[in-house]
Amino acid sequence: MSTLTVDDISKSFAGVKAVQGVSFEVGAGQILALIGPNGAGKSTCFNMLNGQLRADTGSVHFDGHDITRETPSQIWRRGVGRTFQIAQTFGSMTVRENVQMVLHSVHRRLAALWRPLSHNYCEEADTLLEAVGMHTQADRACCVLAYGDVKRLELAMALANRPKLLLMDEPTAGMAPKERNELMSLTARLVKERGLSVLFTEHSVDVVFEHADQVVVMSRGKLIAKGVPAEIREDPLVQEVYLGSGAFLETSEIGQ
Amino acid sequence: MYDASTLFAQLLNGLSYSSTLFLVASGLALIFGVTKIVNFAHGSFYMLGAYIALTVTNALPTTGFGFWGGVVIAALVVGAIGCLIEVTILRRIYQAPEVFQILVTFGLVLVFQNLIYEFWGPDEVLAPRVPGLKGAVTIFGERIPQYNIALIFVGPVFLGLLWWLTHRTRWGRLIRAATQDREMVASLGVNQKTLFTAVFFIGTFLAGLAGALQIPKESANLQMDINIVVEAFVIVVIGGMGSIMGAFLAAVLVGVINAFGVLFFPQAVSVLIFLVMVLVLVFRPNGLLGGRMVAQRPGDLSIDQPFRLPTRAMKQAMLAAVLALALLPLVLPLYFEVIMTEVFILAIFAGSLHFLLSVGGIVSFGHAAYFGLGSYAAALVATRLGLPMAAGVLAAMVAGAGGGLLFGWFCTRLKGVYLAMLTLAFAQILFTLSIQMVSVTGGDNGIVGLTRPSWLNSHMAYYYLALAAAVLATRLMRRALYAPFGFAFRAGRDSLARSAAIGIDTARIQWGAFVLSGAFAGLAGALMAYHRGSVFPTDFSVSTTVDALVMVLVGGVQSVSGPLIGALSYHFVSVELIRNLADYWRLILGLFIIVFVLGVPQGIVGAFMNRFGKGER
Amino acid sequence: MKTTFLKAMAVSAMVLLSGGAGADSIKIGEMSSYSSSPQSTEAYRKGWQLAVEHINADGGVLGKTLEVVSRDDTGKPDAALRAAQELVTNENVVLLTGTYLSNVAVAVADFANTNKVFFLVGQPQSDTLIWEKGNRYTFRLFNSMHSQVTAMAQMAAKLPAKRWATIAPNYEYGQSAVKGFQEELKRLRPDVEFVNEQWPTLGKLEAGSTVQAMIAAEPDAVFNATFGADLAKFVREGNTRGLFEGREVYSILTGLPEYLEPLGDEAPEGWTVTGYPVEQIETPEHAAFRTAYEEAYGELPKVGSLIGYTEMLAIRAILEKAGSTETEALIAAARGVTFDTPIGPMAFRAQDHQSTFGFYIGKLAVVDGMGRMVDWQFYDGADFQPPDDLVKSLRPEEATK
Repeated sequence: MSTLTVDDISKSFAGVKAVQGVSFEVGAGQILALIGPNGAGKSTCFNMLNGQLRADTGSVHFDGHDITRETPSQIWRRGVGRTFQIAQTFGSMTVRENVQMVLHSVHRRLAALWRPLSHNYCEEADTLLEAVGMHTQADRACCVLAYGDVKRLELAMALANRPKLLLMDEPTAGMAPKERNELMSLTARLVKERGLSVLFTEHSVDVVFEHADQVVVMSRGKLIAKGVPAEIREDPLVQEVYLGSGAFLETSEIGQ
Repeated sequence: MYDASTLFAQLLNGLSYSSTLFLVASGLALIFGVTKIVNFAHGSFYMLGAYIALTVTNALPTTGFGFWGGVVIAALVVGAIGCLIEVTILRRIYQAPEVFQILVTFGLVLVFQNLIYEFWGPDEVLAPRVPGLKGAVTIFGERIPQYNIALIFVGPVFLGLLWWLTHRTRWGRLIRAATQDREMVASLGVNQKTLFTAVFFIGTFLAGLAGALQIPKESANLQMDINIVVEAFVIVVIGGMGSIMGAFLAAVLVGVINAFGVLFFPQAVSVLIFLVMVLVLVFRPNGLLGGRMVAQRPGDLSIDQPFRLPTRAMKQAMLAAVLALALLPLVLPLYFEVIMTEVFILAIFAGSLHFLLSVGGIVSFGHAAYFGLGSYAAALVATRLGLPMAAGVLAAMVAGAGGGLLFGWFCTRLKGVYLAMLTLAFAQILFTLSIQMVSVTGGDNGIVGLTRPSWLNSHMAYYYLALAAAVLATRLMRRALYAPFGFAFRAGRDSLARSAAIGIDTARIQWGAFVLSGAFAGLAGALMAYHRGSVFPTDFSVSTTVDALVMVLVGGVQSVSGPLIGALSYHFVSVELIRNLADYWRLILGLFIIVFVLGVPQGIVGAFMNRFGKGER
Repeated sequence: MKTTFLKAMAVSAMVLLSGGAGADSIKIGEMSSYSSSPQSTEAYRKGWQLAVEHINADGGVLGKTLEVVSRDDTGKPDAALRAAQELVTNENVVLLTGTYLSNVAVAVADFANTNKVFFLVGQPQSDTLIWEKGNRYTFRLFNSMHSQVTAMAQMAAKLPAKRWATIAPNYEYGQSAVKGFQEELKRLRPDVEFVNEQWPTLGKLEAGSTVQAMIAAEPDAVFNATFGADLAKFVREGNTRGLFEGREVYSILTGLPEYLEPLGDEAPEGWTVTGYPVEQIETPEHAAFRTAYEEAYGELPKVGSLIGYTEMLAIRAILEKAGSTETEALIAAARGVTFDTPIGPMAFRAQDHQSTFGFYIGKLAVVDGMGRMVDWQFYDGADFQPPDDLVKSLRPEEATK
């Protein structure tokens, strides 16, 4: 059974069709890449999966539940974690506190007014930080971290509610090639260890072909190809789309 | 009711008033749009325009040419002064958080007030009527002054000029581009500094022009600045921050509503404008024509440092400090005992503001609302119901929390400057009501005659009560700050997207913070009411809020102990200045605020910690 | 014992630092809204400074020199309370005086009551100071709002006008002025109706639309209580739009030099106003005062100057009569004390602590390009006070002891 089933979703903004009738599935333990040139509708599609946008038609099922009309936080509670294109962490907290913050939300203890946050869930937080290799920096302020470390912290935060599915929006944007591979290898390892599924959007073709099990390609709001990386690489339609935009050869991104 | 000719005449009156409002507001909107500066000193440029125009038109021959020439010269001079201020002061705070900008420009307000008084003296001066436009025209049997008719056209003319400037010139397109994305313009290789200075020139020129055009209608006086600036802000907010067309629509709306309000509800005119603003913001959170606000990350103000739990040594130091304060009355003269009592009460108030501002990044620019609700609740419970002080204090906290509940519901739907201005609007509504609802609030005479229980009658007893309350309230607010609630609140400030992605309902957490903060501000209000034995509408006033903001700033926005240190230093400085330098205290206080924000943005505690603390940078 | 000693040390240190108080002077604590309302308080300050000079040149009070410690109350009650506290505890003044705004005076009066300090209110006109919020420590120097509007209403009652419009700033001063005028006029003329009431926020009058609204109500006559910047706007718009044509206007304060001056030749002719025709009062006392003031400052006195000057004369009289600086002695002395002023003898009434400060009512005319009061007459404040039983019912029991 697949973890995530996307069935014929569409979305338009003020009459412009951003996504038209896209369907695909993410299987258990699978890493799926959603790619396409700029303006292909990746982000819109991605945001419909995590609840930030609501699909005009079609449906999204996660783990057997219809999540098409649910809010980001409801979807999160069902076990969908996510990371952002620009890492979203809490800059004014320490690394450990960032994870503790998430854990408090997982355990629905946000309204507590007395016991300090930093006294709760310390071990749980440290375990998660260890999983991403951030435990040695647990007491540092988040705002002074190197960007690669912020990305790893964000991953730890996304894992805090033991998700079955991880949505990653351009996970390697703004990173040096070496950091990219480290991050994606880490992700691959976590997928194995935790039995996760991953859906990520990506610009860098290197990353996609090296780390994805399945690739879905979009262009102008439509799905134009899906399959294993080797097939996609040879697909003439995909080549045309990418060569047309010139992005296919591009291997590094200008970061934020 | 009224006949059509009266209604039409009233429409013209409203439009004439709109022109003045538009000139001031468009300059404000332009400056905000491009530089993102919340220029509270805009009213000062308006006032300056009026005074300079008086001097210039006096020197020129009393002909039509003399008047209009004088008006233009005055506006140009104001624009030049605006440039000077931009280059020397404001340029340094473009990256700073809004609250710092508000404070610096408020410092400028004080400086201008004092300087204008020094230059032109205290007398109100009315300019002669404009040659050529002295009389009235009769429209449908109603007489309307020619000058007012002329003013009606000034607004649209300048709207047209500004439109031409921003749409038909390269330079104007840059302004528009900068309004949307400041960084992008910088990357285009445009000299951003020159652009900003030029924009500031136009903005202050317009303000000066509006002031200069006002002199045939109104005598130049030293209250002009404050009277116009709040209204101008309301218009810019209604129109949408940064939108000139929006400012025009809002100015017309406000001008006309005001004119008909005078006809139909003369008692309520002063709150009408704020009610309009609340209504507009409820339905259009970005104003009539405002685009989405891109949240700006503050620059290098060490705003992202974590709040560290106090170490053992720090706890001991705090205990020692409290003990020292407890022993102080034994050596202090009575007067300083009284001042220290006020310091403790203000520390609670500043602490409640600090909670919203520093923890959650919410600029509560109408924080006096909760302080005033608290003081009035305490006073009403005591004088109307005859209940003892404890009941009054409790009622005050409930009233403050209730205010937070109500206003928070509106405010948490908004962000940034809109939120700040909406909080201000609520405080102004309460301020106005407290003056006008004489039967309940005693009007501007307030409520006097609160008596404390006999065991609290001595200054020393009340000193200890205030100290205990400050220690307790500070401790409670600190617990909340370090607790999951405080972190969830801070999480919303740091990253809305991440908060939403991990199931934090930021709006609801913020709402809770408004309630909590309101309750403590209400407590401070009640303690102040019993300290003075009286309450007044000034409890709701802008200056009460600004005082608290300055205290938080002086102490250090990111310092947990900032409010107390800030209250101590600022209260002493301002009280001593007023006492010893009656004629120059505004000048010195204004300069103090400006220099402080520019020089020590991290506040006293922050500066101390940077120098001596071991905190990670 | 030790604490008393430490306190004494601290206090003496403070005294040394602040230069020390001369043993042969009597210190008066004075405050007013110097920074927030300089238009009116600067002349007031000049007035009392001149009086202090005169008094000390005459040998002072009780054989000592009179010393005034002056503070800015910034127009805010809380700052005024702080100043009062500081004057009393730090400067050891024997009494408090001054203030400009009524609400500030109310706050300081309450302070005086709780702290048992003698307080002589200077310029504020609100009657709540001597009535509902009166107390036994507080006396008021300037004439009461009630006396002025009563006198005006009595004159207005003789007019044929039946439909009246009113305009007043929307706070206690304006509200009590309109209320007092309406009550007295209605009492004398039950057939009068008030067809329009305008309540602009102080300093924010939108004159065009307000005047239009008043015209639309078609009144026979107008009662005005705006002043300062609002008055200038009102007059100019009203003149141009013809609000005042064929209508009687009764207006308080408009005849004061500080408000006439900015109007210049546009002073509204024919208005019936209260004011201070300073250049025309030729009694020897007033002429002497005017000359001395002009010599000292090079300008004519304003009403603030007169109040400031009179304030110190009143304080001298009270101190001389009391023969001491004790608060109780001062209260006993002040009740019923009489003293001479530039505008004639005055007294403090024992029943409500109100002085009998008089006022001038006349018509406005423009002479040599300046607004002048003509056909004016002096009204002794003593003749326009409310009846004793009314005063008794208004004042708290405590205040009369």
